[in-house]
Amino acid sequence: MRVLHLKVNGDDLEVAAPDHWTLLEVLRYRLGLTGSKQGCDKGDCGACTVLLEGKPVLACMTLAGNAQGRAITTIEGLMPAHIARGGSGPDPIQAAFDRCGALQCGFCQPGMILSARALLDRNQAPTRAQIREALSGNLCRCTGYTQIFEAVELAVAESLGVAPAPRAWEAPLAESRAARGES
Amino acid sequence: MKAFKLHNPTDLESALALLDTPEARSGATRVLAGGQDLLTEMKEHLAEPDALVNLKHIPGLDQVHAGADGSLEIGALCTLAALEEHAEVAQRLPALAQAAGVVASAQIRSQATLGGNLNQRPRCWYFRSEHAPCLKKGGTECFSYGGMSKYNAILGGGPSYIVHPSDLAPALVALGASAEIVSAKGSRTVALEKYFTLPSESDVKRETVLQPGEILRRVLVPAPAANTRSSYTKFREKGSFDFALASVALALVLEGGTIRSSRVVLGGVAPIPWRSKAAEAALEGGQPSRALFEKAAAASVRGAEALAHNGYKVPLAKGLVIRALEELCA
Ligand SMILES: Cc1cc2nc3c(=O)[nH]c(=O)nc-3n(C[C@@H](O)[C@@H](O)[C@H](O)COP(=O)(O)OP(=O)(O)OC[C@H]3O[C@@H](n4cnc5c(N)ncnc54)[C@H](O)[C@@H]3O)c2cc1C
Ligand code: FES
Ligand code: FES
Repeated sequence: MRVLHLKVNGDDLEVAAPDHWTLLEVLRYRLGLTGSKQGCDKGDCGACTVLLEGKPVLACMTLAGNAQGRAITTIEGLMPAHIARGGSGPDPIQAAFDRCGALQCGFCQPGMILSARALLDRNQAPTRAQIREALSGNLCRCTGYTQIFEAVELAVAESLGVAPAPRAWEAPLAESRAARGES
Repeated sequence: MKAFKLHNPTDLESALALLDTPEARSGATRVLAGGQDLLTEMKEHLAEPDALVNLKHIPGLDQVHAGADGSLEIGALCTLAALEEHAEVAQRLPALAQAAGVVASAQIRSQATLGGNLNQRPRCWYFRSEHAPCLKKGGTECFSYGGMSKYNAILGGGPSYIVHPSDLAPALVALGASAEIVSAKGSRTVALEKYFTLPSESDVKRETVLQPGEILRRVLVPAPAANTRSSYTKFREKGSFDFALASVALALVLEGGTIRSSRVVLGGVAPIPWRSKAAEAALEGGQPSRALFEKAAAASVRGAEALAHNGYKVPLAKGLVIRALEELCA
């Protein structure tokens, strides 16, 4: 057992944990921050993604001791950080995921949103290809990804104050409505 | 994971001293860099060390020095993300920057290191299953030989048929790099081509010449000759991120429309990065053309012997060699 000094979502915390515990285990089972998910626990799925100094890393593949002295951001920290910057409500990416229906079971969502947050923090206007690349380490077993990419694009469009790109289902829907003579 | 003690030395001498004890030499102490391979090994109970020596807190081990002569010295603790973004690496050694950029996912690349990449353990599913007592774990049989061999070796196999999983290794062998190895007893430098060992030629349980007590300190890459071009081309089964089914690293000198010299190294097809001198000989002195590239591609897999499920790797590797040559000579 060792006392670790961790900086989580802006708070300086002291927490005791054995040397072999991962950051994910400390977050979930010591600090009660269960937003970071334990999916595969071996690097394959990205559900445990957190930000270390703003960069996405896998909490399941990071020994907790190695995260000392570096700013850790988990999904729980996004809304408070947004409010502290003068915003209101959840982080705009969280809000966009909500509005785009970018989830089914939701298990991948915290990791997806943090990977997207890291992308938008370094690139305000990413292309679809850059979004796909930035999220390629996060697996989703439910959605098929389309709504997830659209949610990130919606958050981008809103932050730039431009109209969002049309969503994949809008054109076919308009077409079938027109065929039925509906407006 | 089994409990272990984590040592955090802040200088190289202390780290080497921790590795220079009889227990450490027996494998009870392991070196930790980014942990992106070692933790999977430990979680899968393939390794259950009592202690880890963490190299992350030793200053300077992650530095990249660009020599005035065009050579580069890359510290073993340099992360793959840093390698991918390093301006001199991208400019002088495109094959290395490209290889670093296609390893695993962005999350893994931000922690994974060069030294860990070169020393990572194989991904063969029999090796990775704690329930399969295979040759590499001290057993008597390589199960892939008569079993599921889709991801195994077509070249250089026997008695074990693993493929070396590293993407950086073929690129660095193509670039003529060498490895500086240190231990409490001193240091030695080995050409990277000789760093990786065939299971038929040395201890089947290891993949490299690194001995207990030794660590890889840095990789030295000589200045590429004038008019050198290099590239790394990787084929993955899964589009998002995956190990190579096959890959090819190329470095060649193209002058006045003639290929003066080249290095052709295949990844994902053999227990070591597979340098094909036959392909290099086919290219030497030739003028880039489809016919020449096809000849070199055929030469690159000379001697290949497929197992039951990996015959596809022969045309795949040939196709990659042709594609990579076309792109690099364009
Ligand atoms: C999901 C997933 C996908 C992956 N995909 C790829 C891929 O596509 N391509 C690829 O190449 N790799 C891939 N990897 C393997 C990845 O772990 C390595 O690429 C990574 O570079 C390992 O570096 P590390 O610093 O984290 O190593 P560690 O895990 O810290 O160490 C790995 C091994 O090397 C030893 N070691 C580390 N540093 C040194 C040193 N300086 N001297 C001596 N020994 C040392 C350790 O003792 C250990 O045995 C993948 C891994 C995962 C989990
Ligand atoms: S839980 Fe960490 S990558 Fe799957
Ligand atoms: S919503 Fe279920 S895994 Fe993505």
